[in-house]
Amino acid sequence: MPKDSVAGTGIGASTKRREDVRFLTGNGNYTDDINIHGQAYVHFLRSDVAHGRIISIDTSAAAAMPGVVKVFTGKDFEGVGSIPCGWQVTDRHGEVMKEPAHPVLAQGKVRHVGDPIAAVVADSLAEARDAAEAIVFDIEELPAAVNMKAALEPGAPKVHDDLSDNLCYDWGFVEENKGAVDEAIRNAAHVTTLELVNNRLVANPMEPRVAVGDWNKSSDDYTLYTTSQNPHVIRLLMGAFVLGIPEHKLRVVAPDVGGGFGTKIFHYAEEAFCTFAAKACKRPVKWTSTRSEAFMSDAHGRDHVTKIELALDKDNNFTAIRTETYANMGAYLSTFAPSVPTWLHGTLMAGNYKTPNIYVNVKAVFTNTVPVDAYRGAGRPEATYQLERVIDMAARELGVDPIALRRQNFITEFPYATPVAVEYDTGDYPATMDKLEEIADLAGFAARRAESVAKGKLRGLGVNCYIEACGIAPSNLVGQLGARAGLYESATVRVNATGSISVMTGSHSHGQGHETAFPQVVAEMLGIDASMIDIVHGDTGRGPMGMGTYGSRSLAVGGSAMVRATEKIINKAKKIAAHLMEASDSDIELKDGKFTVAGTDKSVAWGDVTLAAYVPHNYPLEDIEPGLEETAFYDPSNFTYPSGAYCCEVELDPETGKVTIERFSAADDFGNIVNPMIVSGQVHGGIAQGVGQALLENCAYDENGQLLSASYMDYAMPRATDVPFYTVDHSCQTPCTHNPLGVKGCGEAGAIGSPPAVINAVIDALNSGGHKVAHMDMPASPSRVWAAMQG
Amino acid sequence: MYAFDIERPTSLTDAVTALGREEAQALGGGQTLIPALKQRLAAPSVLVSLAGIAEMKGICMNDAGLLCIGGGTTHGTVAKGAVAHYPGLADLAAHIGDPAVRNRGTIGGSLANNDPSACYPAAALASGVTIVTNTRSIAADDFFEGMFTTALEEGEIITEVKFPIPEASCYIKFEQPASRFALVGVFVAKFAEGVRVAVTGASNNGVFRWTAAETALSANFSVGALDGLSVPAQDMIADLHGTAAYRAHLVAVMAKRAVAAAK
Ligand SMILES: Cc1cc2nc3c(=O)[nH]c(=O)nc-3n(C[C@H](O)[C@H](O)[C@H](O)COP(=O)(O)OP(=O)(O)OC[C@H]3O[C@@H](n4cnc5c(N)ncnc54)[C@H](O)[C@@H]3O)c2cc1C
Repeated sequence: MPKDSVAGTGIGASTKRREDVRFLTGNGNYTDDINIHGQAYVHFLRSDVAHGRIISIDTSAAAAMPGVVKVFTGKDFEGVGSIPCGWQVTDRHGEVMKEPAHPVLAQGKVRHVGDPIAAVVADSLAEARDAAEAIVFDIEELPAAVNMKAALEPGAPKVHDDLSDNLCYDWGFVEENKGAVDEAIRNAAHVTTLELVNNRLVANPMEPRVAVGDWNKSSDDYTLYTTSQNPHVIRLLMGAFVLGIPEHKLRVVAPDVGGGFGTKIFHYAEEAFCTFAAKACKRPVKWTSTRSEAFMSDAHGRDHVTKIELALDKDNNFTAIRTETYANMGAYLSTFAPSVPTWLHGTLMAGNYKTPNIYVNVKAVFTNTVPVDAYRGAGRPEATYQLERVIDMAARELGVDPIALRRQNFITEFPYATPVAVEYDTGDYPATMDKLEEIADLAGFAARRAESVAKGKLRGLGVNCYIEACGIAPSNLVGQLGARAGLYESATVRVNATGSISVMTGSHSHGQGHETAFPQVVAEMLGIDASMIDIVHGDTGRGPMGMGTYGSRSLAVGGSAMVRATEKIINKAKKIAAHLMEASDSDIELKDGKFTVAGTDKSVAWGDVTLAAYVPHNYPLEDIEPGLEETAFYDPSNFTYPSGAYCCEVELDPETGKVTIERFSAADDFGNIVNPMIVSGQVHGGIAQGVGQALLENCAYDENGQLLSASYMDYAMPRATDVPFYTVDHSCQTPCTHNPLGVKGCGEAGAIGSPPAVINAVIDALNSGGHKVAHMDMPASPSRVWAAMQG
Repeated sequence: MYAFDIERPTSLTDAVTALGREEAQALGGGQTLIPALKQRLAAPSVLVSLAGIAEMKGICMNDAGLLCIGGGTTHGTVAKGAVAHYPGLADLAAHIGDPAVRNRGTIGGSLANNDPSACYPAAALASGVTIVTNTRSIAADDFFEGMFTTALEEGEIITEVKFPIPEASCYIKFEQPASRFALVGVFVAKFAEGVRVAVTGASNNGVFRWTAAETALSANFSVGALDGLSVPAQDMIADLHGTAAYRAHLVAVMAKRAVAAAK
């Protein structure tokens, strides 16, 4: 792709995000802004115990309360399907994972705090809430399975009575590697062992989840408005597996969505409820999550307990990595939960290093907690964190420079096939590290540390690398790995008669800036101004089936589909132009929005061609159809592999244990870049979330399965004052070799790359103060840091 | 929220009458009460808003040299209005919550609520204030009776708080990472008659005076005077954000910092 249009509105231009005007002026159209005439409101009665047997539920008093339309319990959903899981993992022994039913409303048992027991639909939300308090129920509280290792002990409380135990699967990857890995570890000159917890997180998008179900009694059509990252997939999952509504009778709309971070990928019970209840009540039914409900019903993220061993030879070359991870699934399998600790985690265990032997074991465990699924990075942050922590720990044990140890083991030749089944197409890890050393001013660190020490503070430096895999694909491969969906993307480019363009994409923007960046690509290809192009997304009724936005896939996969569709447009437009100028197709060139006959001064404008397509008076009707609209589906041949090197500098107050981030630098390789400003913004946001995980956020349960961090009084979100002004650089670019844009994806990088940098820096600060702390778990909160200093 | 009536009296007398209604409750800035109502944790049938009562608002110096702050005065007003008279207090008010909280929340509401992690109780106790209500005056030492408990009777309204002004003072708050209330907050106030030290956030019994530190600082107002002093950990709060030992440790650290910064 040409990159010389930086001054214009094409590829490479940092044009301002056009969607921000409506967001910043309060004119966004979010799901909660949708109110349909006659709509009723649902309030869910949720379990306040983690595990219990439902003895009885009496809704008669509630049903008689003012304004109540109908009260629902699990019984009303007996004829309805289970909330499906979209990925089936096969374990080490060739067995498929255990897949318990996930009812829309609890049947027989409640399995986590927040599990919906009943639902009241009423004329107003207040009436629904009042009536929910009148539901009389008897739940026999059962002992809860909370701690993963304890949940696997014989005799542990069973989350699902119909399963033999709480083990969902025991996955080995690559199983055939195991013998060689064990042997390499036995023969190693040095083995560094690290046990760690990757803390459970709550995604906390600014906009809580909302669902509005609507049913049209004349056509028997349903519409679901929902806060989703992938409305097409919701339509498929809910229509086909839960409610039995064929696609042509079901439209799913996800309008402006105020942040997703993964937790809005999944199909949730509330969506199915509102759609089902709309017909049952013959009224539109709306649910708006409160923040308290979000804490106990949005899928959580991370929650791995891991032991990693890194083996090195006498020259400090990495010879093997062996990991054992317990991954919390929560009480039910959320849509993509089984794939996160396996295919999105095990495949990344090589990182940026040429370790010849790698074996990953993951035990996925059911517990009486909220389901856990993908959260910004999904599996890749967990892989990166353990790897980059164990390398730092090895460097400290061996007394070698952690950057030199990394550099020595970098993969330098591409394509590179890792021992964990993926092939990196491009990358230049020494280059990103060089860039990092420059932008982070590593040379100046000693002086900065001396200044901190003079103030009575400790200063630490943490560096790490990361590799990401974005745009998970191709579909036939992921199908073999257990995915129950394709992972292509679609685009329809609709050129209108006067030359303006609507691009229907299957990707979904919920803060990423697609409405700005995607038109830049089409503008570049056609040589017209981006303001002539609008992106249409988030509505199954308006575009082709698409797979949505997650895993940093939108530009690499969705953008590539758009390129393919635009290429078809160009082909056809050239034919029309050739006809208009009585020239041969092959002589037509498209430049700056004009079609010219090569070597002549004959030209027709973009608008002349588009008008001819729709007013085909002078038109080759015998050769081509009128109209100018093309669709493409793009299925990538491989993942893309962004990479980078991050550096965090912290100051630590030894009296209180409080850590502050003084500097944060990120050198990323995202391949080609369409809008540098948007890319920087994505990295900034990702780092803020990574810093949140590293220093602040912790979703905690007590031993009875009560959620301790159930509100912002106890769940610490990062705020503007918790993060520094970042230095980000994405000038190192090794373009992706297998997609037409050469792009790699940047949405998750910040959240993947930053937690190890922060913790490496905290450990460095502690050790610089004489505290021989080898590791501490996230979040490195003041109380934990202080406790670590007490030994 | 449950349904409730709202009364908006413009005089204290009318407010007292309104509070005489069955299940009536005073509404100050609503920064504590409204979230509780939204979560259906409180169900008053009548809310009596104190926001329209002019006689309960404002800051002035009285003839006895006390800084008098109306019970309905917002944190934001105190942050600006007390700077010249009592900088330590103004600074405390300026760091409560965020601007939205400070522009609504009131000193009367904060003291009446007596959240164990709130800031104002530390200022009130360390300053030895007199809390004036519609019926009486209560000394700070008699007012705070433990977490969320005070000497106030049902329906009693804090109309004014009278602050003696110390020669030097400082409040240092170590923020709880999530709520940003005080994980431990220490207010040190140096008066001619002696030093008072009040600690908030730390104890299971709510705000308390650290008398050992007071004695040491009264003899020698310096950071060094606190060396070796500590509060016993057994009464301290232990939760997700810190053990009892950590809080006890922080009390001493924050006290020293407050002494060092007192002016
Ligand atoms: C986001 C956020 C952050 C906060 N951070 C802090 C912080 O860092 N430090 C801190 O100290 N506080 C903090 N607060 C609490 C805040 O200071 C509240 O304003 C205060 O605790 C209550 O005051 P209010 O006027 O809002 O009272 P309300 O919420 O209206 O009432 C609280 C209670 O006091 C009673 N009441 C109100 N006024 C009177 C009166 N004059 N006489 C008798 N009873 C009365 C009410 O009936 C009720 O029981 C925070 C609050 C929020 C929402």
